[in-house]
Amino acid sequence: MSALAPPPTAPSPPRTRPRDSAGSWPLADRIGLGLCWAAGISLALVAGAIVVYMGYQGLSQLHLHLLFDHPTGDVDQSKSGGFLDPIEGTLLLTAIGTAIAVPIGVGVALWLVEFGRPAPLARAVESVVEVIAGAPSIVLALFGLTLFSKPVFTFLSFKPSGAQEAFGRSFLIAGTMMSLIALPLVVGATREALLAVPNHLREASLALGKTKGATIRRVLLPSIRPGIATGATLGMGRIVGDTAIVIVLLGATLGTEPADGGFFPANLLRGTGSTLTSYVYDNSPAGEGNAPEKAYAAAFVLLLLVIGLNVVAARLSGGRAGGGPAWTR
Amino acid sequence: MDPAAQTATLRGRVTSRWRAPERAELLLGALAVGLLAVLATLLASVFTQAWPSFSHNGLAWFGGGGNVNTQLANIYHSPADPKHYVYTLHAWPLLYATALSTGLAVLFGLPFALLAALFMVEFAPPGIARLMTPIVRLLAAVPSVVYGLIGILVIVPWVNDHLVDPGFKLDVKPVVPISGGSLLVAALILAVMIVPIMIAIIADALRAVPRSWIEGSAALGVNRWRTMWRVAVRTARPAIAAAVVLATARALGEAIMIAMVSGNYIFAPNPLDGANALLEPIQTFASTIVANAEGFTVKPFGQTLYAFAAVALVSAAMLSLAGWAARQPLRRYGIR
Repeated sequence: MSALAPPPTAPSPPRTRPRDSAGSWPLADRIGLGLCWAAGISLALVAGAIVVYMGYQGLSQLHLHLLFDHPTGDVDQSKSGGFLDPIEGTLLLTAIGTAIAVPIGVGVALWLVEFGRPAPLARAVESVVEVIAGAPSIVLALFGLTLFSKPVFTFLSFKPSGAQEAFGRSFLIAGTMMSLIALPLVVGATREALLAVPNHLREASLALGKTKGATIRRVLLPSIRPGIATGATLGMGRIVGDTAIVIVLLGATLGTEPADGGFFPANLLRGTGSTLTSYVYDNSPAGEGNAPEKAYAAAFVLLLLVIGLNVVAARLSGGRAGGGPAWTR
Repeated sequence: MDPAAQTATLRGRVTSRWRAPERAELLLGALAVGLLAVLATLLASVFTQAWPSFSHNGLAWFGGGGNVNTQLANIYHSPADPKHYVYTLHAWPLLYATALSTGLAVLFGLPFALLAALFMVEFAPPGIARLMTPIVRLLAAVPSVVYGLIGILVIVPWVNDHLVDPGFKLDVKPVVPISGGSLLVAALILAVMIVPIMIAIIADALRAVPRSWIEGSAALGVNRWRTMWRVAVRTARPAIAAAVVLATARALGEAIMIAMVSGNYIFAPNPLDGANALLEPIQTFASTIVANAEGFTVKPFGQTLYAFAAVALVSAAMLSLAGWAARQPLRRYGIR
């Protein structure tokens, strides 16, 4: 008999006990299982309730003209306009934040994974990324305000007449701080992607005489592109949804107001404005506007935007089971 | 060799130093070190701004006494002369409310998150399990201002109509206005906001438990629930600790949602009021900053807000580091 012969197939022994089903478990275990189901189902119900409620309110309050009208400060809600400017603000801020966060985040992740020496420095950088990820965005907003109010940074905002310090609030400044909340997501996703690149790719490239820099540019960067895109999209979602930084750092004007002097787009970037999040906040009973209909409509658009970005991120990260907790940080 | 080619090689030699293999490392390392510098600047600038508030009050800053609403109003209306700035503040109600809302949210959220993670990983039928990941991601992605909007327009009025006892409301009116915006609403919505974070971390760890351990337990005739509870959940304990810590960090930094749903009145809920304490308004450090965001023009008031930010920053940073440390034992299962 050769060693390659298939193992003999014995008929499976007859069952002595019924198949393990929850019915045969002790009561405590069955209660545990029941609680599991309850938790899972109620999670789905909460999510469903939020989506259905926001969808219902949004669709009943959202009119097409709201998307294309400039907001005005009118108390009469039929005259207070739409939220074109907040939408512009959201897009502009997201663009600035992502443009700053992605190169820096990718660079830091590359250094952490590909070099990471001296080791203590690498650990320090890792923990700094954690701290930045955990820092409340309102604290980052206050940091931005005090840092960019310094006269040196007047070029980022403008100097109010008669003031000694810069105004410290503009699209550029808010965008810079927004990049900090997107940064940990970019670093996390890029790092995951880099760690998933098999080592033989690096070795092959080095064996061909390429330098480490060339290996990074020509081999690693192309292969981690989906990871970078995932991180960037998650970061965008975070930026779109953030309110605290906008309220403190975007000058709290209703419309987009370019700074005096200078040319487009510099004056726009140095100017103030609002975003969908601050528009929702201002129009809720907590803010001054108190126009729940407008708030619902804007919140619906905001929610669509954020969900869309997350769907894109999920698609990009595709395949990978679970996706890791990168998106929570 | 013609001169042009010669200069080309020369230039090649000159730039080769600049193109040395170390260039990439130096460049990327500079970025990473820059990040350290950003954090250092962050800490330095927040604490410089906050210092006057802390130094004027000493340890009494963290103590109780007086009404914080009046104290903040006095600071806001302090004289223009820097010598007469008012800084007196006893921030105990804020500290207490921050701890209380965060603690309650984690208390509500943790059992729920643990069970939901178990459901997602092990007990849900494949069709439902596939649905759970997007659901969790959705809950994590909803912006806090949307949670706040739903809270202030739906839940707060409902609480005010159905849960608040009108007699109690009238009794305490001279001390504290009760409007439905309360500790309870804040903690509940906060729990919904942090549950997805905890689920993600715990589920990830549960998935990474070595398959052979679970199979070994099942082969001994232990049922699925006990296998998961006794083997998988125990293995994932560091992840549970990390989840709690990171969720706490997120919860105590939440500003917008709390500012919207918590009644907008600084008050320390009195445990002697029994269940009614849950319906009393609160304000946390972070939400006080948002609620007073227009006050930065008044210098002492702005510095007081920076002091709130400093406390929130230090606690959040500590918690983030603790969460990072708690996750380290899981590295050997391939979780980073």
